[in-house]
Amino acid sequence: MAGNYETHEHDVIIIGAGGAGLRAAIEASSMGLSVGLVCKSLLGKAHTVMAEGGVAAALGNVEPKDNWKVHFRDTMKGGRYLNQWRMAQLHAMEAPDRVNELEEWGALFDRTPDGRILQRNFGGHKYPRLAHVGDRTGLEMIRTLQQHGIHTGMKVYMECTVTRLLKAGDAVSGAFGYWRESGRFVVFRAKAIVLATGGIGRAFKINSNSWECTGDGQALAYLAGAELMDMEFMQFHPTGMVWPPSVRGTLITEGVRGEGGTLRNKDQKRIMFDYIHPLYANETAPTEEEADRWLALSTSGQMDKNVRRTPDLLPRDIVARAIHAEVKAGRGSPHGGVFLDIATRRTAADIKRKLPAMYHQFKELGDVDITKEPMEVGPTAHYTMGGIRVDPETQQSRVKGLFAAGECAAGMHGANRLGGNSLSDLLVFGRIAGLHAGRYAKEQTNLPSLDAGEIQDASQEALAPFNRHEGPNPFQLHEELKDTMQTHVGIIRTEEDLSEGLRQLENLKERSRTIRIDGNRHYNSGWHETIDMRNLLIVSEAMARAALLRKESRGAHARDDFPETDKEHFAKVNIVSRLHGSTMEVAEIDLPPVPAEIKKVLEEE
Amino acid sequence: MAEPKARLRVFRGTEEAGDFQTYDVETYPGMVVLDAIHDIQAKQAPDLAVRWNCKAGRCGSCSAEINGKPRLLCMTRMSAFPEGEPITVTPMRAFPIIKDLVTDVSWNFEMAKKIPPFKPRPRDADGHWRMQQMDIDRIQEFRKCIECFLCQDVCHVVRDHQKKEAFSGPRFLIHLATLDMHPLDTLDRRDMIKQDFGVGYCNITKCCTEVCPEHITITDNGIIPLKERVADDHYDPVRWLLRKFTGNPRPNKVPAQPTEAGKTADLSGTHRVDGGHGNKGKP
Ligand SMILES: Cc1cc2nc3c(=O)[nH]c(=O)nc-3n(C[C@H](O)[C@H](O)[C@H](O)COP(=O)(O)OP(=O)(O)OC[C@H]3O[C@@H](n4cnc5c(N)ncnc54)[C@H](O)[C@@H]3O)c2cc1C
Ligand code: SF4
Ligand code: SF4
Ligand code: FES
Repeated sequence: MAGNYETHEHDVIIIGAGGAGLRAAIEASSMGLSVGLVCKSLLGKAHTVMAEGGVAAALGNVEPKDNWKVHFRDTMKGGRYLNQWRMAQLHAMEAPDRVNELEEWGALFDRTPDGRILQRNFGGHKYPRLAHVGDRTGLEMIRTLQQHGIHTGMKVYMECTVTRLLKAGDAVSGAFGYWRESGRFVVFRAKAIVLATGGIGRAFKINSNSWECTGDGQALAYLAGAELMDMEFMQFHPTGMVWPPSVRGTLITEGVRGEGGTLRNKDQKRIMFDYIHPLYANETAPTEEEADRWLALSTSGQMDKNVRRTPDLLPRDIVARAIHAEVKAGRGSPHGGVFLDIATRRTAADIKRKLPAMYHQFKELGDVDITKEPMEVGPTAHYTMGGIRVDPETQQSRVKGLFAAGECAAGMHGANRLGGNSLSDLLVFGRIAGLHAGRYAKEQTNLPSLDAGEIQDASQEALAPFNRHEGPNPFQLHEELKDTMQTHVGIIRTEEDLSEGLRQLENLKERSRTIRIDGNRHYNSGWHETIDMRNLLIVSEAMARAALLRKESRGAHARDDFPETDKEHFAKVNIVSRLHGSTMEVAEIDLPPVPAEIKKVLEEE
Repeated sequence: MAEPKARLRVFRGTEEAGDFQTYDVETYPGMVVLDAIHDIQAKQAPDLAVRWNCKAGRCGSCSAEINGKPRLLCMTRMSAFPEGEPITVTPMRAFPIIKDLVTDVSWNFEMAKKIPPFKPRPRDADGHWRMQQMDIDRIQEFRKCIECFLCQDVCHVVRDHQKKEAFSGPRFLIHLATLDMHPLDTLDRRDMIKQDFGVGYCNITKCCTEVCPEHITITDNGIIPLKERVADDHYDPVRWLLRKFTGNPRPNKVPAQPTEAGKTADLSGTHRVDGGHGNKGKP
């Protein structure tokens, strides 16, 4: 039964068609290579369409003082200096070119009064830096890349899921997967592979992510011998919807706060002034009066160095923990969040023009008119700073010929990602991964050989659930996994909680091996869910183990039993997870040293 | 306290054979039809096929027909329907059924490929392109399109007359309008809009505008102006003369050639490959 599969051969296979995958595929295609682009959903539907607020790039269109160095500093500071400095540097330097290139390919960003690309304020960015299109920047980006990409000759395999990477010696040789529609197997034979499969948000009960974010790329790479890094750093976005229950977790863009929205508790008190982190004390307004003055100046396009920005725009980790603390202290809103008020801050016309998608989202899903009432918001699992460990210059993993870019790769964001830095990450590192995968493929004279045994194993693994007559239902198990992660590996962690979480994950792992599937292979949602579960369990375990090892609080990782940031030991290490035999090994590795000239950039101003 | 129950009649089957199945689900505040479908999947029919990604009306994956009306499953609240009456959920009618609520929309991707891509004029001397917000407001409206293909589903030219060869459908007419009205673009696609994309087939019934979940005024703002421009070019005597003498009625634009698209993607690996949905046997 395993012998039945079709084979496709390419120089480079890109797995994932979000921003990172599309940009990588465009780059490799432009090198004259044969490129295959594989994705779980239809083309243009990847999670990237959901991105709202904008793409960060120091274009300097609104604030001429902005440049790559400031962007680099903001990014390193936001990441609490655990970022791979070289990635943060490349990102800050190249993001403007990547945004301009999008415009060349047809993207239509909002404009400044003199007709250039407009930029908006976002948390942790010193200057207005996010190029945007209302609050649907991700859609604009993916549509542009998609429409440009389909004229470059690549071959697109939609609704096709990769379940295993194949190897020849210590290098990749291809990928094994199935067509969603028929359930039939497919093998891709390639010289180089780029993973661009996005995040892992669907491991949590309350999350903002699309169904695709099940950690596939991270798990595929891990099983093929690559390392995962920084998995303890899971970003909880401060503002997800908390009501009604059916949309719990759905994101409210940080753009709302960028446009003047403020956070209040049930007593109508603005909360953020009580939570200003020392790292940001110098540049944050300590009083409502100054914060309001800043808003008035910034929304009218003026800037005054002596007026500091509102603490509502502190980085996400700080705001998320502030909300968590308010709710815990009994000062939350009726449905367990806090209030986000834009209605009293901007005119209804402004709100509808600047935040049209938010307006509709609340109107249609929550029956709330955000031009008249505040929103109820709370933290939601949103973004994984961790992922596949890659070489900062080339994006190659520890496995030869295997590259990774976008949210599934690690290193760029350190302990906490600034808003807008993901879309630019996709463009910058999508291109770099495509380029180096292409170069690597060109160096290989022949297509690597495929190992029939590996293919046989992969198909048996995929079909196993059909052969059982009893066992749990995959949807039920996924719910249990989400509960476990939410309760034990959530926004505030302790040793006890994490150990309990790991025990429950172990139990789930056992039971997932007994899942039973009804029906046939033809577009079978339950079967597909089962396959996703394997990946979710791997990344969840990596997250819990790394969180247990990092005995400090930093960025998105908060330990109740180690509330301080450790300046000695943990300030200098990243944590990696790798497969050792059949168990997961977690280890500390040293942060690469920062060269003197880069240190100087960090210390400037 | 037991929540009230709702009853759904869901199409189950393929293009060749199918039937309605009835499912009861428990409802909760704010529940949308996609929640109900997921509930059925989790508890009663794990192999039920449905497409979705975002559950926030942003990706355009969950298109189907609810009580005969094309809608997004994730943006349709259960409370919008009278209590006690069954809610009928069927796949989009204009496209072949793959299974249950999932249809084969590959025709749309083929259409997209035929459209000659954006081709901008050179940048200003300082490396920027200047455009006034006012001049792009209208095309930004079109670019809100989430490619749900509900407009394609409801358009009678596509759906009833099966003019899929000659007519691109509203989604791609607004894409063409976006390019046509883009201040930086230099290609004149009007001959193609008439001949290859069949703008003439549209008789402005506005059904597409009515179903668009992004509230894009497809017909009034997109298709009608496109029709006027095409008509202008072909029937306006002044333009006709200009065209005769200069060969180009819009001096800043050059006529697009169908080959302009250059190499296009091969999307054949998408669906229908290898017998496609014909695989009915157990593995
Ligand atoms: C609501 C929301 C708003 C956001 N707003 C912003 C913002 O304003 N600015 C910003 O910078 N960031 C934002 N982000 C974050 C950003 O959108 C994501 O980090 C980014 O889109 C990830 O892109 P990606 O290319 O890495 O992966 P994705 O876009 O997630 O794409 C993953 C791709 O991989 C494919 N895939 C996955 N697994 C497999 C498999 N096994 N086989 C084959 N294919 C597979 C999927 O089908 C998909 O095509 C937001 C996120 C959310 C949820
Ligand atoms: S207005 Fe034109 S495109 Fe829209 S549904 Fe009617 S015929 Fe189709
Ligand atoms: S124009 Fe509207 S209805 Fe048509 S595909 Fe786009 S979003 Fe859907
Ligand atoms: S699931 Fe994305 S639009 Fe409905």
